[in-house]
Amino acid sequence: MKKLMLGNEAVARGAYEAGVTVAAAYPGTPSTEITENIAKYDEIYSEWSPNEKVSLEVAIGACIAGARSICSMKHVGLNVAADPLFTASYTGVNAGLVIMVADDPGMHSSQNEQDSRFYARASKVPMLEPADSQECKDFVKQAFEISEKFDCPVFVRLSTRIAHSQSVVELGEKVDFKLKDYNKDFNKYVMMPAMARKRHVEVEKRMAALREFSNTSEINKIEWGSKEIGVITSGIAYQYAREVFGDVSYLKIGMVHPLPEKLIADFAKEVKTLYAIEELEPFIENQVRKMGINVIGKDLLPVVGEYSAQLIKEKVFGEKVETKTLINDVVPVRPPVMCPGCPHRGMYYVIKKLKLTVSGDIGCYTLGALPPTECMDTCICMGASVSAAHGMEKARGKEFGKKTVAVLGDSTFIHSGITGLIDIVYNKGNSTVIILDNSITGMTGHQHNPTTGFTIKGEPTRQVDLVKLSNAVGVDRVKVVDPFDLKEFEKIVKEEIEADEPSVIISQRPCALLKDVKFEGPLKINSEKCKMCKMCLKIGCPALVDKGEFIEINDALCVGCELCTKLCSCAAIEKAGDNNGKA
Amino acid sequence: MEKLNIMLVGVGGQGTLLASRVLGAVALKKSFDVKVSEVHGMSQRGGSVVTYVKFGSKVYSPLVEKGDADIIMAFEQLEALRWVEYLKDGGKMLINDQKINPMPVIIGKAKYPENIIEKVKENYNNIVSIDALKLAKECGNIKAVNIVLLGLMAKSTHIEKDVWIEAIKEVVPQKVLDINLKAFEAGYNS
Repeated sequence: MKKLMLGNEAVARGAYEAGVTVAAAYPGTPSTEITENIAKYDEIYSEWSPNEKVSLEVAIGACIAGARSICSMKHVGLNVAADPLFTASYTGVNAGLVIMVADDPGMHSSQNEQDSRFYARASKVPMLEPADSQECKDFVKQAFEISEKFDCPVFVRLSTRIAHSQSVVELGEKVDFKLKDYNKDFNKYVMMPAMARKRHVEVEKRMAALREFSNTSEINKIEWGSKEIGVITSGIAYQYAREVFGDVSYLKIGMVHPLPEKLIADFAKEVKTLYAIEELEPFIENQVRKMGINVIGKDLLPVVGEYSAQLIKEKVFGEKVETKTLINDVVPVRPPVMCPGCPHRGMYYVIKKLKLTVSGDIGCYTLGALPPTECMDTCICMGASVSAAHGMEKARGKEFGKKTVAVLGDSTFIHSGITGLIDIVYNKGNSTVIILDNSITGMTGHQHNPTTGFTIKGEPTRQVDLVKLSNAVGVDRVKVVDPFDLKEFEKIVKEEIEADEPSVIISQRPCALLKDVKFEGPLKINSEKCKMCKMCLKIGCPALVDKGEFIEINDALCVGCELCTKLCSCAAIEKAGDNNGKA
Repeated sequence: MEKLNIMLVGVGGQGTLLASRVLGAVALKKSFDVKVSEVHGMSQRGGSVVTYVKFGSKVYSPLVEKGDADIIMAFEQLEALRWVEYLKDGGKMLINDQKINPMPVIIGKAKYPENIIEKVKENYNNIVSIDALKLAKECGNIKAVNIVLLGLMAKSTHIEKDVWIEAIKEVVPQKVLDINLKAFEAGYNS
């Protein structure tokens, strides 16, 4: 049976067909849908873990216990999971372990553009790279075989355009994989120096065997065409190269680590001019050069940003595509914005009013850095808001600390904000931490987390109590407040930043996109009452339109959250009485 | 038909993803090779979004390049203007005449260009505009704008109407199916 599948969905299918029974992940674009789709299979235990490190450790434990296991993350998530990764490379596996990592060239939804292939090399773990959804499924299945054959975890690397493109997949049968026996083996699984020294020798032997495998496996394949040009490429870059170079010869690399050196040398001998086409770093290219082979690559192509067939054509052949600009209007950019009804909007209105320095974090609320709020001062990585606020206070003193807050989401707080909070308490800081509790992990598209009270499969579970948790680590001042109650919110923020001890403010209101969040429908402005004070515009809602002469509410966008009514001094904002056809 | 390059351009939240999934299902029913490239995550939140759908006997790159789109479905006027250069000579653009101000316009840092549809029509041959928002509202939900536009598009391809309807039934959730089937007809007959 053929099915159109996202790359991520095909990975999930591959895991299912391979007989995986344990899957763990922390959500992160562009990897999230892998585990969302795995959770649809009843046969597979799946979970959202608090962070990537935990999820990899869960998968490692499961594979040692005998189950084929998979763990998925975005590229920066692998930084968090790097600690268990490097040692799991030494212990090896019992049943297969596959680590999915999704890079984001072009940074569609990320804070950096790091190239995960270097992790494969650094940790001495093999890495496969599919070029479409069919290969996503096939490579995942093959990765489990490689993992068990060579006794190591195996990476499968995706990029955004593979993870988030749908293409046709031929579905296969589920293999009958039985739980492997569990045998205690401390020489293999207890990595104390004496044992680890022996395991490192095994790792090097394994890498030699994998290099040979890479040369002979059909996962790396040559497609012969004209031998005037030869192109070494992998992943999405292969698809672009096929469109640009046409009928030439290709060495399509399916295993990017270790590279098939013999195959590369043989291929290079046959072709007149050799290109290496790969997004981000010259990972393949530098290794080809090291073999003493001339290759054209990053001397023409950028290491920055996402590729396209057009970009490669331009850079390699100097062919500019001529498009005539017929209309000369300046087209304003349309950056992403917080949604109408978003609970973060109330919080940012107050923070902006109080002119606070904001140590920020990763989530929908990072959009508060952009106009019109322009509230956020820093955004580094998951959880950094809390610890960086503490660092700011230690650098500039208490008075600066009193004009500073850390802002992060509920899921981000659990991921790695809690350790920063413990640091503040332990090291006698006074920071104020605002946790945005919107009842869901928002930016990645609504995943449950330990604070929502539900598992990935929607089953009710014990909920982390953020108030008690903050109390337990030593924060005595914990306040819960609705960010749409602007007066109360302002009062509490003022009190807490003044306090000579750490405080936590839990800004509690569910994400406006959640199904059970119901507003009463669009508002309108009564032009007879409106005095054009423009206070309502201060919240920066995309549904409020300044028409010059008057202010209008775009009824296709307005959900009726009524935040703007709280700023209106002339009670001019009323219910439109039309619910856009919705019942 | 050797190949068909389609782009869906709009504002995050307008339902371009669902429309692209219906297109993918249509392609599969007609036994084409197909790739659909979507946008998830940060840029989805009210930003400018573009989805590419490519049909053909064999599709490599999932992206449609400048000057190479056979059909562009624009869910919003400004987005129509932003992407119109992607049309190939003789390509067709369907524009929903809805306007959504981007943040730079809202805060007065930029101006929303005037008379976009007129200008696009003056400079390009195959442009059709429609008040999809109004039609969707009449069908029972403004969120059905995407399927109204699909209906309009279906009429301009050689693919049978039944295939489209089957694809919608496959992709659209059961509880909003009736509204969306009505929306498809409204677009098709507009």
